Amino acid sequence: MTDAPKDIEALIEVMARLPGLGPRSARRAVLHLIKKRGQLMRPLAEAMTRVADTARECLNCGNIGTADLCPICSDERRANGQICVVEDVADLWAMERGGAFQGRYHVLGGTLSALDDIGPDDLRIPKLIDRVRGEGATEVILALNATVDGQTTAHYIAGEIEGLGVSVTSLAQGVPIGGELDYLDDGTISAALKARKTL
Amino acid sequence: MTPYIANLSLSHFRSHRRTRLGFDGRPVALYGPNGAGKTNLIEAVSLLSPGRGLRRAAAEEIIRRPEAIGWKIAATIEGPGLGHEVEITAEPGQPRSLMLDGKSAPQLALARLIRIVWLVPAQDRLWIEGAEGRRRFLDRMTLSFLPDHGEAVLTYEKSMRERNRLLKDDVRDPGWYRALERQMAEAGSRIMENRAEALSRLSAAQDDTATAFPAADLSLIEVEGTPAPGPDALTDALAASRPRDLAAGRTLIGPHRSDLAATYRAKDMAAAQCSTGEQKALLISLILANARALKAETGAAPLVLLDEVAAHLDAGRRAALFDEICALGAQAWMTGTGPELFAELGDRAQHVAVEEQGGESLARIEEPSP
Ligand SMILES: Nc1ncnc2c1ncn2[C@@H]1O[C@H](COP(=O)(O)OP(=O)(O)O)[C@@H](O)[C@H]1O
Ligand SMILES: [Mg+2]
Ligand SMILES: [Zn+2]
Repeated sequence: MTDAPKDIEALIEVMARLPGLGPRSARRAVLHLIKKRGQLMRPLAEAMTRVADTARECLNCGNIGTADLCPICSDERRANGQICVVEDVADLWAMERGGAFQGRYHVLGGTLSALDDIGPDDLRIPKLIDRVRGEGATEVILALNATVDGQTTAHYIAGEIEGLGVSVTSLAQGVPIGGELDYLDDGTISAALKARKTL
Repeated sequence: MTPYIANLSLSHFRSHRRTRLGFDGRPVALYGPNGAGKTNLIEAVSLLSPGRGLRRAAAEEIIRRPEAIGWKIAATIEGPGLGHEVEITAEPGQPRSLMLDGKSAPQLALARLIRIVWLVPAQDRLWIEGAEGRRRFLDRMTLSFLPDHGEAVLTYEKSMRERNRLLKDDVRDPGWYRALERQMAEAGSRIMENRAEALSRLSAAQDDTATAFPAADLSLIEVEGTPAPGPDALTDALAASRPRDLAAGRTLIGPHRSDLAATYRAKDMAAAQCSTGEQKALLISLILANARALKAETGAAPLVLLDEVAAHLDAGRRAALFDEICALGAQAWMTGTGPELFAELGDRAQHVAVEEQGGESLARIEEPSP
């Protein structure tokens, strides 16, 4: 296909790499952007440049923010002794949308998986241990997916934390198998949080 | 009335380019020459339960050649207070996907919908070959009693694959092993308990009814080092087995190595020592006991797929089999080379002639031969 000039084709190609977009929908999106250059494309490009320059992972918890410490880690009121461990930033955001959790988070950046070559050091597990010691945590809440890898990771962390004098809990069952936190509605999340059980 | 397949349509499924059939819940007798497409048809039925079906085939293998455009099974399941549409499709290079009543669903959902057990000629040597076939046979029956068994098996296998990888890569992180062993132990323990439960139900069903088929006494044999079921005991045993497992590069104890032992009760003879015909009769006996037990428990017999079942049975045993199946009210799917094999069934069954014509299978419902 040689229907669009090279620059535009290149843009379509990059767009097509976004999750949820394929070559066809990327083409449609780019066409739409070009038609709305003033109201949409330029503000989008500027916002993207800004975020690309400033976005970074929080040095403490792995959340995404624009400073070394994310807003949650810099807010003293969130230092209530609870650390909620999630796989991904999307899970953190889902919990925050629910609004039921008042403590801080720790984003692992994945789950243990020998078959995919992901070990404890590839995740933010050592950092979590440091935090449990350093922040005087009283409870670690494991909000990991009900998949085999998610639960392996939960058992692993529980084992590593054992003996540090904090209680380890996990979100109540009822989270569907393989269902990701990100897809749960706010009510389900806060119910699962309330009914959490000691591991 | 037992749940049954009311409509079955196959598109580009092995030799079937486009086969559509309607059923009324009676047993289904499929006859036609070798290579006509009978087994292919009941293979499609077997895929309406979780797993890879009675040939354990990958989705890719099933794609009809030479077109290779992907296949589809559509079925409606009917029964008392029950009506479901199931659609299974696979595109080239992609795994199977399942739609249940128009919504995408996980495979394991099928186990709760309809229960299917089967016997195929490849199992004729089941009692004399390796333990794997016997384990699979038992797990299939167990799944029919306890739909959650499928999830336990998947969890166990996945966590064992993970642990085996650690063993192979010589990883030494004890915490990682412990996390995996905990999950293996919880799932493995459930697997062992489920299997034991299935055996006791099978045994009760054999005791309750005298049939023309020989009763079998069954027992589970675990490899040395596998403890009695219990998550803690199994966790400890797996941890203790780690050094040996590291040397072997795989997990040496656990329910993935269990074996099923059977003896021909009336003769007190191990199944492997029985004649070929007796071995087959034992398998049929167990499948029928499975179906009776399910019927007693749930009020509904499972779907029973019996490939080439008529071949090994003399006329008397065949008639007895038909009578039992009809008494169960099961939609049993049976295949054989000629209509005469099923004449005894008369209008107690639906008869389907299958033939191959110009490289595709054609199937049509026939009036029973007089
Ligand atoms: N993927 C496939 N595409 C086309 N034909 C196939 C495919 N797989 C198997 N077949 C054909 O199906 C036929 C066997 O059908 P089968 O159902 O086993 O016969 P039978 O009636 O003896 O049970 C063979 O001729 C085989 O070549
Ligand atoms: Mg066949
Ligand atoms: Zn942070």
